[in-house]
Amino acid sequence: MADRIRLRVGRYRPEMESELVYQEYEVSFDKEWVVLDGLNYIKDRIDGTLSYRWSCRMGVCGSCGMTVNGEPKLTCATFLSDYAPGPVTVTPLRNFPVIRDLVVDLGDFMRKLVRVKPWIVREVERPLADGEYLQTPDELDEYKQFSMCINCMLCYAACPIYGLDPKFIGPAAIALAQRYNLDNRDEGAEERMEVLSEHEGIWGCTFVGECTKVCPKHVDPAGAIQRYKLDAALASIKSYFMPRGV
Amino acid sequence: MLPTDIGSHATPHAYTAYHPRWLRQPVSTYWWVQKRSYFAFILRELSCLFVAWFVVYLLTLVRAINEGEAAYQSFLTFSARTSVLLLNLVGFLFIVYHAVTFFDAAPQALVVHVGRKRLPSGLVGAAHYLGWMVVSTVVAWVLLGAR
Repeated sequence: MADRIRLRVGRYRPEMESELVYQEYEVSFDKEWVVLDGLNYIKDRIDGTLSYRWSCRMGVCGSCGMTVNGEPKLTCATFLSDYAPGPVTVTPLRNFPVIRDLVVDLGDFMRKLVRVKPWIVREVERPLADGEYLQTPDELDEYKQFSMCINCMLCYAACPIYGLDPKFIGPAAIALAQRYNLDNRDEGAEERMEVLSEHEGIWGCTFVGECTKVCPKHVDPAGAIQRYKLDAALASIKSYFMPRGV
Repeated sequence: MLPTDIGSHATPHAYTAYHPRWLRQPVSTYWWVQKRSYFAFILRELSCLFVAWFVVYLLTLVRAINEGEAAYQSFLTFSARTSVLLLNLVGFLFIVYHAVTFFDAAPQALVVHVGRKRLPSGLVGAAHYLGWMVVSTVVAWVLLGAR
């Protein structure tokens, strides 16, 4: 049975507004409807000028992250019925510059992500004729959790440290660096550590822990950062007591 | 014409990023009271001051014991002040909060392997609490057993 709910949507049209304004829409919805369905209903039936990002509608692409009633959420995985009788306030992700309405600029993250080299680094590549780099299930389990990141940016929106200091490299970039560090095929940990041991790297994190709470894929970026800190501290102590190595 | 080097501004045909009038929303000074978990985090950070206070307090006690009976009695008189008792009571609550949040967070940072198997995080957390209980019991036994 269809019900009705009010959506209070944050609008920013640079040619018209200098700050976020709210526009209310009433939409009918079924219990299977997610917030993104509500936005699509508005776009298709009520107001075609509304701008937002989305793609897969199944929690895989990470495009539809927005702030729903103050919490960073994937709008394709957030049911309208959970907010009944409403209203549901939808605003852009926090801590990012807003381009238009619910669309934010992710350029800062993209530039930081490249710096941590989120790919397998090999000192010497084996020839193709030697076959695959084989891996056991246990070796896969070491990094699998961190490989689930979909770059949805909810963790950056939830992180007050990133909001206060945009130079902080941020949760997802560090979790993805850890994903490759823990991969036994990778040999790039030292190169990544050069970037991550900067002040704006792992040490910028004060372990608020919100990144882990809001992550829709259970990646645990906060855990990745604290593990990195522990590894860095142990490596530092080791180099102090054993300057020539083992 | 397509740029040859989109990352450089030195070339004559360098790509110029399109910068529309972005809306930047600054973080409020009071961000830490806008969400319960943020407030809990700030309390945890604040608890470090009380950890520092107890370190100073303990070192002062050690120094008083080292300096003899008069210094020790003076330390006890100082400790019996209402203000110091109140400070230590609040400090104790913060220390407990600090310890609990630290132990709850520890399994996220500490990944322990036994052979090839990874220990469950719950077990790592439980080991911390067990260690805390053992140390507390030993301290209590030393203090109470000394009488």
